[in-house]
Amino acid sequence: MAKQEVLNDVLITKPHNYESLEDSIGRLILKPQLHKKAWWIFFLVGLAGTGMLGISITWLLYQGIGIWGNNVPVSWAFDIVNFVWWIGIGHAGTLISAILLLFKQQWRNSINRFAEAMTIFAVMCAGMYPLLHTGRPWNAYWLFPYPNILGMLPQFRSALEWDVFAVSTYFTISLVFWFMGLIPDFASMRDRSTNKFGKVAFALLSMGWRGSNQHWHRYEQANLLLAGLSTPLVLSVHTIVSYDFAISIVPGWNVTVFPPYFVAGAVFAGFAMVLNFLIPVRAFYGLKDLITMRHIDWMCKIMLATGLIVLYGYILEVFYAVYSANFYEYKLLMDRFQGPYAWSYWLLILCNGVIPQLMWSQKMRQNLIVVWGVSAVVGLGMWLERFVIIPVSLTNNYLPSSNKMYIPTFWDFAMFFGTMGFFLMLMMLFIRFLPAINVFEMKDLLHKVLNNDSKVEPNAERTPYGNAPKEALPTVEKEVAK
Amino acid sequence: MSHGYADDSPKSFGLVAEFDTPEKLISAAEKARQAGFKKLDAYSPFPIHGLSDAIGFRDVKVPYLVFAGGLVGAFVGYGLQFYAHVLDYPMNVGGKPLVSIPSMIPITFEMTILVAGLTAFFSMIALNGLPKPYHSIFNTPGFNRASQDRFFLAIESGDPQFDSDKTRQFLAEMAPLSVHEVEA
Repeated sequence: MAKQEVLNDVLITKPHNYESLEDSIGRLILKPQLHKKAWWIFFLVGLAGTGMLGISITWLLYQGIGIWGNNVPVSWAFDIVNFVWWIGIGHAGTLISAILLLFKQQWRNSINRFAEAMTIFAVMCAGMYPLLHTGRPWNAYWLFPYPNILGMLPQFRSALEWDVFAVSTYFTISLVFWFMGLIPDFASMRDRSTNKFGKVAFALLSMGWRGSNQHWHRYEQANLLLAGLSTPLVLSVHTIVSYDFAISIVPGWNVTVFPPYFVAGAVFAGFAMVLNFLIPVRAFYGLKDLITMRHIDWMCKIMLATGLIVLYGYILEVFYAVYSANFYEYKLLMDRFQGPYAWSYWLLILCNGVIPQLMWSQKMRQNLIVVWGVSAVVGLGMWLERFVIIPVSLTNNYLPSSNKMYIPTFWDFAMFFGTMGFFLMLMMLFIRFLPAINVFEMKDLLHKVLNNDSKVEPNAERTPYGNAPKEALPTVEKEVAK
Repeated sequence: MSHGYADDSPKSFGLVAEFDTPEKLISAAEKARQAGFKKLDAYSPFPIHGLSDAIGFRDVKVPYLVFAGGLVGAFVGYGLQFYAHVLDYPMNVGGKPLVSIPSMIPITFEMTILVAGLTAFFSMIALNGLPKPYHSIFNTPGFNRASQDRFFLAIESGDPQFDSDKTRQFLAEMAPLSVHEVEA
């Protein structure tokens, strides 16, 4: 991986035709032998993590949330940190699938499916935490308004109730958007499968999609509308998550910059996670011609841009604490700088503020090891950011009686790493059983590239394989019957 | 495909021509429409811009339904909160007004998106007639490539101008890879 690959504006770097494109994506599903040892290792690690998650949830349900390190001033800790972190990771998927679609950024075609899958799995991980944090997850339906003999409805003026609606809407719409994009690809997998199980399974999933013009006509309308609806949705979700903090009176939480700062942080962490997954996957599965250095370069730039917004947020927090002349805000700020958790604050600045600046250099953006490392560091940094905001702010409050340290326990970590394993397992199953790259959108892109009417590569010369695909097509006898 | 009946003159679904590029499909569809065929459909592995115009297919039900869905979501979302906090169980929280609109916006907004988004998906599925376990077009030889790299144009037998031989002649003039008469 250390070898530097060429960076140019061609989005499909090998001569492809529709058939070869289909094959290079479809074979991940149809040829199990392609998934070598590495797949099994990652899958089993993920499975082990899922097992750990299962054990920690069982123990939690048996013992209650006392097994966590949460205490009385610090009643929101790892559970909420992880909730916010995971939900933020999901945001890159919606950004790629919806916002870049609206902006007609066709380079998204080869990464959107992957990122959307990440969104769904990340939201699944996120959703677990607040439910388990209630302590009685079997009563989770109390969060929803339903007719009951108590005559009680939830308190709709609470930011926590807004969260319920925001996160469940986000999950539902992401799932629907993802599944809708998968239908035509299921149809194409149905037609390619050679074994009976695959044929039946994909036929059921594709629901009889036949690629008719009427289908596509309505599909495109629905797709565009869903993109248009998801765009404000994704911005609203992390805005509402940030309201959980911003509308309270806790020092360190009550900051009006939170909504944009949280959204930018979410996209920042999300793109980092996309890069962390895509860099190994494209190398292992020979997808370097579809997920090119150009894609990585652009993703790094988005990461850098959102990282700078986040850095601005950190600076503004300091400014606010000083300029507001609010003693408790100032006290908290000093506590972040030099208190018992100062290491986490300075590590956060290093991870999110300093290290991502490497992405200014094109040379660094082309070195995949550096890119992977920076992405991993950003993932850690964004987790630390939520740690610094959530539990650390609670350890230093208005009253001296609220000054209490927070120390996570083994089960806090077990559950966090457990959700990571769960996420990894789901991603591995996704790569194995579902088309990891949107096949029909790639064909559409190829069609545009071949016709040179694409706005994708304004500076590129006509690609050398402009006429190649026609020759490469399998010859079919012209049988105009009778 | 036999269905176990003794009837040896199966009904025709129509004539299906196969092309190897989207451009040929568009021009064929254009010609068929100009020739006055009404019951036409084209099949392709990816959406092709201009194909709907070429075929003369236009349908705007999905956007209108989504708009209606959004309105329903907004009213339900707002109405639910208004009912709960103003009509059913008025509760004074910190002296704030009962109809505190800003606090009702997030849920109203989420409900709008939720209902509109679900409408977009389900109206697309329903109007396209999915799930559909059987469709005659799949009887076309080689139709499994319609989802891979081939482009098909079907003139259905229900068309008033449809004539097995003349229509076949008409399609053959467009230099397709093949033309097949497909059973219903």
